[in-house]
Parts: sequence; C-alpha cells; structure tokens
Amino acid sequence: MRALDRKLLRDLRRLWAQALAIALVLGCGVMVLVLATGTERSLRMTRASYYDRSHFAEVFAQATRAPKGLVTDIARIPGVAQVEARVAMTVLLDLPGMLRPAQARVLSLPATGAPVLNRPTLRLGRLPDPGQTDEVALSENFAEASNLRPGMSFAAILNGQRRDLRVTGLVLSPEFIYLIGPGALLPDDRHFGVIWMNEDPAAAAAGLTGAFNDVSLRLVRGAVEPAVIAALDRLLAPYGGAGAYGRDRQISDVFLSSELDQLHAMAVILPPIFLIVAAFLVNMVLGRLILLERPIIGLLKASGFTGREIAVHYLKLSIGIAVLGVLLGWGVGWWLGQQMTGLYAQFYRFPYLIYAPGSASFALSGVMGIGAVVLGALRAVRASARLAPATAMLPPAPPFYRRSLIDRLAEGLRLRQTTMMILRSITRWPGRAAVTVLGVAAAISVLVACFFTFDSIDAVIDEAFTLTNRQHVTLQLTRNAPASVAEDAAHLPGVMRVEGAFGLPVRLTHGWHSALTSVEAQGQGTILTRVLGEGGQPLVVPPEGLVLPETLARKLDLRAGDRVTMALLAPPRDTLSLPVARIMRQSLGETVQIASPALFRLMREAPQVNRLNLLVDPRQLPAFYAAVKAAPAVDGILLWTEVRKQFDETINENILRSVIVYAILGILITVGVIYNAARIQLSERAYELASLRVLGFTRAEVGYVLVGELMLLTVLAIPLGFLGGYGFSALISAGFSSEVVRIPLVITRRTYAIAGLIAFVSALAATLLVRRRLDRVTLATALKQRE
Amino acid sequence: MAGAVFHVQSVTKTYTTGAVEVLALRGIDLELYEGELVVFLGASGSGKSTLLNILGALDRPSSGHVLFRGTDLTGLSEAALTAFRRDHVGFVFQFYNLVPSLTARENVALVTEIARAPMRPEEALDRVGLANRIDHFPAELSGGEQQRVAIARAIAKRPDVLLCDEPTGALDSKTGVTVLEALYDVNRDLGTVTALITHNAAIRQMANRVIRMGDGRIVGVEDNAAPQPPTGIEW
Repeated sequence: MRALDRKLLRDLRRLWAQALAIALVLGCGVMVLVLATGTERSLRMTRASYYDRSHFAEVFAQATRAPKGLVTDIARIPGVAQVEARVAMTVLLDLPGMLRPAQARVLSLPATGAPVLNRPTLRLGRLPDPGQTDEVALSENFAEASNLRPGMSFAAILNGQRRDLRVTGLVLSPEFIYLIGPGALLPDDRHFGVIWMNEDPAAAAAGLTGAFNDVSLRLVRGAVEPAVIAALDRLLAPYGGAGAYGRDRQISDVFLSSELDQLHAMAVILPPIFLIVAAFLVNMVLGRLILLERPIIGLLKASGFTGREIAVHYLKLSIGIAVLGVLLGWGVGWWLGQQMTGLYAQFYRFPYLIYAPGSASFALSGVMGIGAVVLGALRAVRASARLAPATAMLPPAPPFYRRSLIDRLAEGLRLRQTTMMILRSITRWPGRAAVTVLGVAAAISVLVACFFTFDSIDAVIDEAFTLTNRQHVTLQLTRNAPASVAEDAAHLPGVMRVEGAFGLPVRLTHGWHSALTSVEAQGQGTILTRVLGEGGQPLVVPPEGLVLPETLARKLDLRAGDRVTMALLAPPRDTLSLPVARIMRQSLGETVQIASPALFRLMREAPQVNRLNLLVDPRQLPAFYAAVKAAPAVDGILLWTEVRKQFDETINENILRSVIVYAILGILITVGVIYNAARIQLSERAYELASLRVLGFTRAEVGYVLVGELMLLTVLAIPLGFLGGYGFSALISAGFSSEVVRIPLVITRRTYAIAGLIAFVSALAATLLVRRRLDRVTLATALKQRE
Repeated sequence: MAGAVFHVQSVTKTYTTGAVEVLALRGIDLELYEGELVVFLGASGSGKSTLLNILGALDRPSSGHVLFRGTDLTGLSEAALTAFRRDHVGFVFQFYNLVPSLTARENVALVTEIARAPMRPEEALDRVGLANRIDHFPAELSGGEQQRVAIARAIAKRPDVLLCDEPTGALDSKTGVTVLEALYDVNRDLGTVTALITHNAAIRQMANRVIRMGDGRIVGVEDNAAPQPPTGIEW
C-alpha cells in the first residue's frame, strides 16, 4: 500500500466520529431512496403481476337490473376483449358469537365455474360446486378474522331470509387487495368481507334471475377507455346504469395507487435534503482538515507530489466517507424495505409478494450519495491542489475581525465578552454559521413535515366524526323508501333520534371536465349530519343549487355562481342544469350536497330515504343489533363510533413506530451537523478556549463559548425550520391529496414544539459530547501549541 | 525583604508520554517574596516552564508541595485551582494568547468581568501605554502591542503574582524592551510579585533575583541589589 493511502486510512480512523456522523446523514438519504423506491417497485411489480394473472378488469359498472342478453351487446363495444356480468349485493351476516352484525359483498360465480375476469385466487379449499346453493367461498382475511374455515357454516340475511351458508374455500381477489366496507376508511376484517356464491342462489336472493347488476370489462390493447365507458353507459342507461368507471375509480386500486404515489413522493422529496446536508458537511469538515494539514500538503508538494495527486488523496477520503454512508443506507434500506413491504401486506392483500427493490434504486442511490459528497468536497479539494508549497508550510494567517453593526448593538446591551466571542465568531464566518443553521433547519423541516401527517389525519378525523357526522349508526336500506320509514326506525330498541337521508349517483359535467360522484339530499332540521363551509363553520345548505366540495369544484373548474350539468344516474335519469350555490370543505370523499326539497322537486318525486342516521343508546346496542339483523329492509350498517375507535387504534399503533423512525432521521441530521460544527470549532479554538481556562474561567464558562454559539445557531434555525416544514407540508398536502382523501394543511403547535425540541435536545447532546473533549485538553500543553 | 508568597518544597514533576518518562523537575525548593521580580534563566528543557505552570496552578507536581500564602495548592480540587488562578494569578505568554475576536479593551474586560476588584480595562491599557489602541483587534496590533495588551489583561485584576513565560520570546529587541518596561513598571507601581522566564540572559539586569535552572534543578541563585530599568537592555 502506498504511504499516502495508509495516511488516508489512518485519517479516516482518526476522524471516525465525524466521518460516521456524515455517513449517517448520507445513509439516511440513501436508505429512504432505497426503501421508498424499492418498496414502490416491489408493490408495483406485485400488483402488475397479480392483476395480469388474475385477469383484473379495466372497466367496471353497476346497474339496477340488466337483462343477460345485454352482455352480447356489451361485448360488441369496440375495444372490449372480455365481459364478465354478475350479480352483486351487500348483505348482513349473523356470525356466531358476534353481537354486531357484520356485512358482506356477495358476488355471483358464473354457472360455468370460475369467472373469466377478476379471478379469485384459491388459498384454501375449493370454489363452490356449480349447482350447490348453500356453498360459498370467503375472502381470506375476513374468514381468518372470523375464524371461519372450509366446512364451517354461518348465517346471512339474504333478501330478508336468514340462510345458512357453508364455507368451501378461502380466496383473494384483485378487486379487494384493499378491502373496505362502504363508508369505512380502514379495512375491518372482522365486520366486512366478500362472499362468492353460485349465480342461481345469488340471483334469486337479489331478485335478479336472468339478469345482472354488475359488469366488468377487459379491453384490447390500444382501446380508448373513455370511449368504451361512454358506450357502456349508453347501453346500461335504460337498466339503471350508475356510471361506468376505470381502474382509477376502483376503490381498492385507488387506495393502492395513492399509497404508491406517496412512496414515490417520499423518494423524490426526502433524499435530496439528506444528500445536500451531507454535501455541506463534507465541505465543512474537509475544508477544516485541509487547513489543518497545510504543512503536510506543503511538505508533500515540496517533495514532488503534484496538486492533482493531493486532490485525489482528499477526494478519496471523502469518497471513503460516502462509501460508508452508501453501504449503511443500502443495508438498512434493504432490510427496512422488506419490513415495510411486509407491513403493506397487512393492509393490502396479495396472494404473493415480490420483493424486488431492483438494482436501479441501489445504483441510483449509490451514485447520488457519492456524487453529493464529491460535489461537497470539490471546493476544499481544489483549494488543496492550488496551495503553493511555500505558503502551505506557513501557518494560515490569523483570522481578521472587523467591528460591525453587531458590535454597536452588543455594546448597547453590555454583553459579556464570552458572548461577544460567540457573536463575532458567527459574523466572522457567516457561511459556516449558515450551513449549521440551514442543516438544523432542514432537520426541523423534515420533522415538522413528518409529524404534520398526524395533525392532518387528526383534522380529517375530527371533521368526519365530530363536525360532520354526529350519528352513531347509519343504516343502508335495501331500496328507496318513503320518508315515513324514519318513524318506523324510531321504534328500534335504544334509538334516540332518527334522520332519513337520501343519495344517488350522478355525473357532473362542466365544459371539458366531468366527474362521477353522488349527490346527497340535506333535509331541513337535520342535526346529525352537517355540511361545513370553506372555513370549517357549519353551513346551511341553500334552498336552491348545489354545494360542492372544494376538491371537486377545483377539478371541474367551478366557482360559486357557475352552472353545472348534473346527470342523475338513477331514475328519473334526467340531465339537469343547476347553479353552484356554495363551496364546502370535505376531506373524505367528494359528495355533493343539495337541499332535500330542491332535489325531490327536480326529481318530480315525493321525498324518499335510502339511508337512516341514528343516535342509539349505547346500553341498548345488543338489542338494537339483534333487531337490525332481523330487519329485511336493511342491507348495510355503518357504526361510526366503531369506525372511529378502529381508526384511532390503527393510527396509534402506527404513530409510535413512525414517530420513532422520523425522530431518528431528524436526530441524525441535527447530530451530524452540530457534531461536526462543534468539532471544527473545537479544533480551531482549542488554544483560545484553553487560554480562557488559564485566565481562571471555569469549565462551564469556557464550555459556554462553544455550546452557546452552536445552541444560538440552533435556536436561530428553529423558526427557519418551522417555515421550511410548513413549505414541505404544503407540498405534501397538495401532492398527496387524492379523490379518496384530501390532506388538509393543518400543523398544530404540538408538532412545531416536538420538532423544535427534538432538534434542540439532539443539538445540545452533540455539543456536550464535544465539550467533554475540552476537559481532556491539558492547559500546559495547549499553551505550547501554536498553529 | 518582606514575607514569602510562595513556598515550594521538594517539588518533582515526571511526564509520561507513551513508554517514555521525562523527569522535568527533580526536587525544587524555592520561595518567592512580596514585591520581588524574579527572573528564571535556563536553556529549553531546563524545567523553568514546568515550574511556572505549577506555580500558576496550570499543572500539579508529581510530589512535593506548593504553598501560596500558607495554602497548599497540591491538595486543592480542580475547581479550587481555577478559582486560585482567577483570583490571584496573572499570566503573560510568549504568544500573547489574546482572543482574536475581541478588541484590546474587550480582551482585558474578559478578565475584569470575572475578577473581584479589578481596575477598569482602560486604566490597565493606559498603564501599558495603549490608551489610544483600545478598540483595535489583535490582528490590527503589532507583536509588542499585542503582548502589552496581554500584560494589561494580566494586571487588570490586580493579581498577587504575575507569571510571564518568555514574554519577549517572539519579539525583536526594541519591541521587547517596551514590553519589559511595562512589566517593570507594574512590579514597581503595584508591588506585584513577578516571575519571568527567559533564556535571554540580558534580561537578568532588571530582576531582584535571578534563578538559574538546568536539567530540572535550580543550579544557582543571584541577588541583584540594584535592578536596572529595562531601558538600557539590549540583545
């Protein structure tokens, strides 16, 4: 090994703590990149492969009742490759040992056996035998949560009749990778599942013999999806077609896609912050090292080494640090990627997981990591190459201070001289102070942006559960009913208040823009469900016109006062032109509101309901559940209190894990920045600080000069970090909001406080760690050294 | 002559660096008296700096005792030694040890802020003839001026003892004399015990006593009945 390379290794060993601090920051960036892109790629590959193997459909539509003969017409639509028509309905289940009614989506299996599209993957047992009317297959997660295995039976309320069904097999389906019940936000495997049943019994139960109400299409390559959707809508219109849609509105795929988008955004936003900070740190540390090694550089040059050789030497040193960081990042990223992919498997049910982070993400992160460090090192390295040997061997010129505005300010304040030393050092090296401030600010920004997501979820939950939906229970009715049904429901056990609700699917069109959504009638005197104005205040729905959620209004380019075309996708299937009366705030979903009298006038029908919102005495819930299970008119139940409880549990479970991971990222940046800044300070000022000890200053007083400067910079970084954090949060809010959920830009004081505190405490710990070295400097020897 | 300020009894000092043991002091017995100016002469490695560091509580002896006005410094804690330096000792070093980010006045104020009954920084600087340079930073001052700031800083707290380690070592003869004059005046006007280390024999003319050191021992002591002001000293 060449002597210069040996020096390199020893330098790295001597600088290990600083090198490690930088490598960890760099490693974080590499790790996040590998983790996010690796997980994203794995999930995308798994999804693509699964969709392909299971023949997942590309266009979906529901109708009220379409004759089977229509399937031939649908198959003739240009661009359609395959059609699968079936019967679908939601039913209530009565599971042994479960008080609360569970519900399930029932899907029919063709008489010929397995479906051609959306093929279920058998995990255990078999599909129901054709001709068997009481055999069913269950979605695996639901069966597992309910302890149902092949051979066991359970009861379902089919068309008002209690029927015993026997489980033959457990399956997974590409349609239900993310399986949530109607109105729910998270999977609830105990209370919502999917049942596959032979066509005859399903059609009989749904009153759809010889007909279908659900159709899926697979398209030929190059087909124009919007054209197919329009053609399908035309065909289904006479049969209660509720508007066809592509995968982009298929609920399971929407959730999965939005998760993938978030991973993608994470891979784009986070790593550059870490890489930039690492680059600056390398710049700082290498700059200082080269300054300290001036005599050595001078000696090397005097002995005949070229500037280029010396530059390469220091470049190698920084690459050594980079390689350490990249390896750390790769290792942890690969491991965490597996963990994370496994975690996704809890929420997203695939029959198999392909963990394929791909060499590309490793290569990219490696190149970016080393590139960032080399870029950071470049300035210092160039300086080393340019040093003339004679100048290099002289000690560097002493720092030159000038009086400035700060001095006049400080004199007025009668600051102590040690404080003046702090202020002068900052004003003398503003660039270095700026790197420290920006580094810590970056850490705080990352922390704020990470914790912001929890604030945002809190706000969404608060809006959904406390401000807008105040009912305990929502009952979904099998079909539209006269408003007087509400009076009947009031007699159910424990019911304290009933409010009827009505909604129907619509397509809104404005110019080129169009959206499939549903409209809800807001009754007068309704107190359980409320509509919120843009500022969050309760809003009275105006007697005429529509109230649109902000997100939908933006998508359709609509403002209050504009007119919009609304096609009713249920009888009377009219197309109406209506004014937009108000814009409202709605974080979950995109439902349009209208005053109840206005809607029924437009529909030319008497007021109806298809949902009931209830307040129920919690003590009487068992009796209430029993009554609901026996009620023929109810096919769905949503327990808001349960949804909330479940949501809180899931969030709390994840929050600690996330807080720890994010806090570690924030701490690593802060420590990396502050530790290196402190080490550089110490190396520059050891002599000066030892002099103070000689003059009779105590350790604490001397430590103040070192700790005080860095903590002052940390404190300066806090507001800047808050500002950056707000900016990142705004980016996240805008970037991650989807049709399913809008992420409101809400950051609580607690988030700011925690982010600031984490940075402050880790900065303090890092400086105190360095301050301890000050104690090891023996006074007599410190005075002998002269740079 | 007045009473002894320092009693040094059988002090030895051994440094261990790696596998090598260096005997820097091999048994020193010495007294320093009120108001006197003592010059320690010796070649480098003779142990004079080690002795001065021990007197100034920058270092502890390996054995023996150092008594300051009856208090044994060797038994004191780290904190007590710091307090001792703070309250009683003024230091002047070869390389001035000024804080580069503080002006002359501020460098002096650094010490007066923590001293018990200091003089004003301006007064201290006036004593060393720098009244007109008080707002200059060290980098804006010549070597002699910087050393005089260091002296002003050392005397501003009205120390009992002034310890000077090669104060003229980095200066030319002419500048060195101005520095020595400042030290001489302080000793004469304030009566501060002054110990001055040098390897420059010419400086002995201004001392009350000259202590010669060699190989960690005191090899000779001369009393000087008629100390000369430094004005005439040259080297």
